[in-house]
This record gives sequence, structure tokens and C-alpha cells, in this order.
Amino acid sequence: MQEKTVVKVGMSTCGIAAGGRKTFATLEREIAKHGLDVELRQTGCIGMCYIEPLVEVHSPAGETYYYGAVTEEKAALIVQEHLLKNEPQEELLISREKGNVFSKQVRVALRNCGDIDPESIADYRRKGGYEALRKALLEMSPEQVIEQMLASGLRGRGGAGFLTGLKWRFTRAAKGQPKYLVCNADEGDPGAFMDRSIIEGDPHAVLEGMLLAAYAIGASAGYVYVRAEYPLAIVRLEKAIEAAREAGFLGEDILGTDFNFIIKIKKGAGAFVCGEETALLASLEGERGMPRLKPPFPAEQGLWKKPTCINNVETFANVPWIILNGGDKFKAYGTEKSSGTKVFALAGKISRGGLIEVPMGISLREIVYEVGGGIPGGKKFKGIQLGGPSGGCVPESLLDTPVDYESIVKTGAIVGSGGMIVMDETTCMVDMARFFLNFAQNESCGKCTHCRIGTKRMLEILVRITEGKAALDELDLLQELALEVKEGSLCGLGQTAPNPVLTTLKYFREEYETHLRERKCPAKVCRELLTYTIDAAACTGCGLCTRRCPTAAVSGEKKEAHTISQELCVRCGNCFDACKFNAVLVE
Amino acid sequence: MAAGCACQAAEEKTLPYAQLDEVIAKYRGEAAAIITILQDVQELLGYIPKQSIAYLAEKLHVSPAKIYGIVTFYAQFRLAPVGKYNLMVCEGTACHVNGAKALTRAISEELDIAGGETTQDGLFTMERVACVGCCSLAPVVVVDGEAHANMTPARVRRLIGQLREKEQRSQGAQAAKEVL
Repeated sequence: MQEKTVVKVGMSTCGIAAGGRKTFATLEREIAKHGLDVELRQTGCIGMCYIEPLVEVHSPAGETYYYGAVTEEKAALIVQEHLLKNEPQEELLISREKGNVFSKQVRVALRNCGDIDPESIADYRRKGGYEALRKALLEMSPEQVIEQMLASGLRGRGGAGFLTGLKWRFTRAAKGQPKYLVCNADEGDPGAFMDRSIIEGDPHAVLEGMLLAAYAIGASAGYVYVRAEYPLAIVRLEKAIEAAREAGFLGEDILGTDFNFIIKIKKGAGAFVCGEETALLASLEGERGMPRLKPPFPAEQGLWKKPTCINNVETFANVPWIILNGGDKFKAYGTEKSSGTKVFALAGKISRGGLIEVPMGISLREIVYEVGGGIPGGKKFKGIQLGGPSGGCVPESLLDTPVDYESIVKTGAIVGSGGMIVMDETTCMVDMARFFLNFAQNESCGKCTHCRIGTKRMLEILVRITEGKAALDELDLLQELALEVKEGSLCGLGQTAPNPVLTTLKYFREEYETHLRERKCPAKVCRELLTYTIDAAACTGCGLCTRRCPTAAVSGEKKEAHTISQELCVRCGNCFDACKFNAVLVE
Repeated sequence: MAAGCACQAAEEKTLPYAQLDEVIAKYRGEAAAIITILQDVQELLGYIPKQSIAYLAEKLHVSPAKIYGIVTFYAQFRLAPVGKYNLMVCEGTACHVNGAKALTRAISEELDIAGGETTQDGLFTMERVACVGCCSLAPVVVVDGEAHANMTPARVRRLIGQLREKEQRSQGAQAAKEVL
């Protein structure tokens, strides 16, 4: 049992962005000032990103208190009142919030995130860390490890959903030496941050997962291919590798056996397509990250043409838990074909955005309303984008769809890597389709004609629609192109790039038609289709909008109602932003 | 091209060849280290000067075209220097839904630059990036590694104003020092 009070501060990228470092520094200063015997620790992301910075206080008696949105003042208050006088600040506690967020969650991959200090291997070991490795190396054969993985039914969490155990079996069986293991941490989906949070919060779980995989497939060297945009994740991974090496979990003769394994970090240089296996391998080999035809699959011919197994960060984080608790335990969660739990990054127009881990099979409605707390500001739910630029948008009518690989694919979306972006009535679906296609178009490596040029032509049509310049029959052309791009592309990027367009066309066609027929954007997003006018009754003639207008389109005498010239207006929205009396109307 | 322009000649003179050699030496014997070497060079110089491409090509025994191909393929690499303050506007999905476009417009108006461009005085660059992973704090602008959460056009204008002021103050202090 712990003897003194422990105070933890969430210090992942999002916690730090919200001011976690200042909170930590204040706590440190105040604790020192009062000479308190309190242990102050950093920890990873617990997932409640919407209420960062988070501070957790553990008393020696075993009570836990969570404080949310802890500013520097609040941090000082917590030390003053709670730590010094033992009077928890009820009004600042978020226990109920936490209950709401966590009641539906089951944390396997995130088991230690937000709990342990990610930079302490001792902390990880206290939670049973590296015990799975010990069990595997000393008591199990590589085949038995693979059998447990197959029994767990774990499917690749990177997006494709291929059975992890099967992938391992193929790589083990493949001829050729040496064999390589690669951890794909090139989380490119804009709007997803599961892998970043796992590495930042529990890097040793990923390393241990890799060690187990390496033992199972017979690899002696591994790479982590991680986004350069995740500097904190890279630092924590480097520290973890160093600590694991010193503790004898990496290197030669691990745990006294003849098993050797080393891990190197390779920083990606910013290319979404490198999330695709063969493109990632090309990048590791120092080339432009362009995919190639499969087969041969990486399991047969991967890095340097040697058998290579590539798994995603979240997949690896699950592995030690599965080996320690048994495949059946994992399989007990989720559905028949989609077993276990899955981490999702919940963001967009949602009250409680953050990182969640839920059993597969839970409905989208439960995620949005029970875990996520619904839409803020009393707005109406419109759709939820699953799987990022490769996924699709699921409308309200399908909110009861269970989250498993097969059911989600039936809606036209994919589970993907786990990004979930919630949209409300102020989101324009045509604009969203344009946004995702613009992304895919930028990231297309250019190898396949359909992906390179097809997405460009599709994007041009979408831009014309959002500008009110397209003809009605262009929707059919858009659909036709979308199907051809899917058909004529080599890799997952091109094959899935049209999904956002196809799903919005399927579920929100009337919104496209309003843009085309009436030249209006119902969500008031597409600038070129908006009309700004001034409500004469509400206008006080303060002149703020006149000063902010870049084209002198607003005119009027001081203290009298102003007007906007539609000929001069460039629809920048400055007047709307500037007006303090809600006198500028948009239609 | 044959005559070369003055700036190129100047660039050539100022390339820190010794440091470039150190970077290359660090990865000697390692297969496929070109991307890593380029990352280190960019870390060192802030961008990949065209001249350094020729130099690296020679040292690494590959064609300049191959290195140029890699530099232009990956979004991380820049062929031009960035301003002192790099305003990274996140245009990830969550930021887009929460109004990132208005931020880009506000910066464009305020500084008269488009995405990827630098102001004439070399003070500001606007970079449009695809997701910095702070989705719950959207929309986000990152400056000097610090993420500014829940931004609005007004707040981004204020931020630019603050950075300008800071710059003027430090220039003032510099001038005062020189006078003394």
C-alpha cells in the first residue's frame, strides 16, 4: 500500500496544450512551499481531453479524487485546501463526470494510460508489466503465443482488421532470414490520436507487445515508424527503449533465454500514404513512400525483401494483456467476429471529446450520447464520420448500428483506425466531402492514374458545387468517378478515398441538391452561397462592421442602420464576426 | 542557370559543410538513412537548401534527383527557410469542423500571405498542417511548439499582435544596447 499522498497530472500532448505544464509547476512549487510530503507524478492521457488539465489525488487511505480543468489558481487551491487541510474541494471535483464517461468503457489497450508514469519502467512493472514476456519466453513456445492470439480473435487495429494471429503465423511460416517486425505508428488520419496517446501514456506496453510478436514470428530486429509530428511520443519511446534495454528486456539473451531483439525508431516525414504497409516499407528503405502490388505480402517479402510483420500501435498494446490473461478473456468482450475492445478518438461537435475504449458491438448512439455526452449547445446531431478520409459518414437514422467491422462496412463507412468526428447541423456535408477529398488528393502518391487524376476531377466538381457553379447532372458524374477511382487504384488510399463522397451522396443527397438547385448552403458553411444582410431593427450604427469590411461593402451614417452592397460583398464574414448586436444576418 | 544568381552563390558560401559531414558520418554504414539524414539537415538549417542536395548526393553516392524526389515527396521537408514564428494552423478534421478555415483567412488577411508563405520581413510563416492530434481542443494553432487551443479569428489576430509587439520590444532593446 502507498504510504503518502500521490498527486498525478495528465501530461500528454493534449494535457500540455491545455496548460498541464503550468499546473504541474504550480503544484510542485506550492507543495515545496508548504513542505508537504506528497509524491507528485506525471501521467499519460486518461482520455478526458475536454476537461484537461486533469489532476488526480490519491490519499494513503485509498481514496481517489479527480479534478478537471485545473488552472494555476485551482492548483494552488487544491494544495492549500485538499493537501494541507485535507478538505477536498467538492465543487471542483469531476467524479460524476468521470462516472458518466467511464461507465461504458473497458480498458485493455489503455489499461495504464492516465494511471502510470509513462517515463518510469518501475511503474509499468508494478502494474504487471513485462510479466507477459516472462510468461511467454519461459513457459510458452512461439506457436503457443500465436495460438493465444488466434483464440483472442484480435484483428489489426490499424484499419484493415486482419486477424493478428494469422498474420503472425504467416510470417513465422515464411522462408527467409532475418525476419523483421514493424510497428506502424504513422497515425495519419486527421482527427485520430489513439496511437499518439498510447505511446505517450504507456510506451512499454507497445514495446512488450512488439517483443511478444518478435518471439512469436522469430524476428530479431524491429522498427517503430512514428510520425515526426509527435515529438513527445518519440521522446517517451526513446526513453522507454533505453530503460527496457537497461533492464534486460531488449538486447541479447533476454531473460536468460537465447531470444535477442532490438528496436529502432524511424521518424516518418509526413506522408499519409505511408500508413499503407508497402508504402511504409518503401519509406523505411529510404525511398519515396509509394505502395506496390500485393502479393507478395510483406509476410513473405517485406523489408529488404525479407519476411516482415507490420502491426499497429494499438494492436501491440493489447498483446501483453492477452498473453497474460489468455485469448479467451479478450474474446469474451465484443462480438463473435469483432472481439475485444477498441479505442476511439471522439472529437468534433461533442460535449465530452477525448479518448475512449469500448467493447466492440456497442452502438454508435451509446458512444455519442452516453460516453460522449451528446452535442453541445443544444444543437442537433447530423452525422458521424468513422475512419477518417478513408471512411464514411453515418447519419442519425443509423445511429443504432453496432460498432463492429462488418456492420460498419454495411453503412459504407469503415471502423478504420478509430477516429470518430461528430457533426451537427452547422456542418455542411458537401463541405466535409470536399474536405476529405482535398486531403486524399493532396496525399495521393501519384502512382495510379485513377487516384491521382480521378480524385482531382472529383474535387473540382465538389468545389464547383460548394461555389454554386455546378450543373445538376454533375452528381451522377461524381458518383461514376468515385466508383472508378475505387476500382482503379492499387492501394487502400485510392480504394477508400471516394468513401466520404459516396456516403454523403447516399445519406445527404438533398443537401447536395439544395446547393445545386437553390444555390444555398443549409448549414451556412459554403461562403460563395451565403448572403449577408443587416437587420435594420437590430443595427445600432456603431460602425464596427464598416471598419472591418475589406471591400467597403458596408455603408451607413453613424448611429443609423447600415446596409451591405451585395455587388461589393466578398462574403468574408468579418462583419458577422464583428457585430456585437447580432444585427448581421446570414442566409 | 549557368551564371547562377547571387543568392545561390551566397548560400553556397554559408553552408556549414563541416556540420553536414558530421550528420553524414553519424549514419555511415546504416542502410537507407537518406530520410533520416535529411531530417537532421533540416533540423540543423531550418530547411533543405538546394545546394545541400547536390552536396549530400555527392557524399552519399546517389543522384541529386533521387534526393530531390524524396524532399518533394514528404510534407515535412521545406526548400525555403521559414519565418521566425511559424504559425501552424491545424486543418485536421476536428479543427475543420470547428472553424479552422476562418483562422487561415484571418492570418492571410493580417499578414498578407497564403499557406506555406513567409512575410517579407521574415517574421511569420503560415503553415497549414494536417493534424497535430489535439482534436479535443480544436481549432488549434501551434507556434513554437506551443498549442493554442480553441482559437477564433479574433484570438489569432491578437496572437499575431502580441508576437509583433514582442519582436518590436526585443528590437528596441537591441538598438538601445547598441547605442550604449
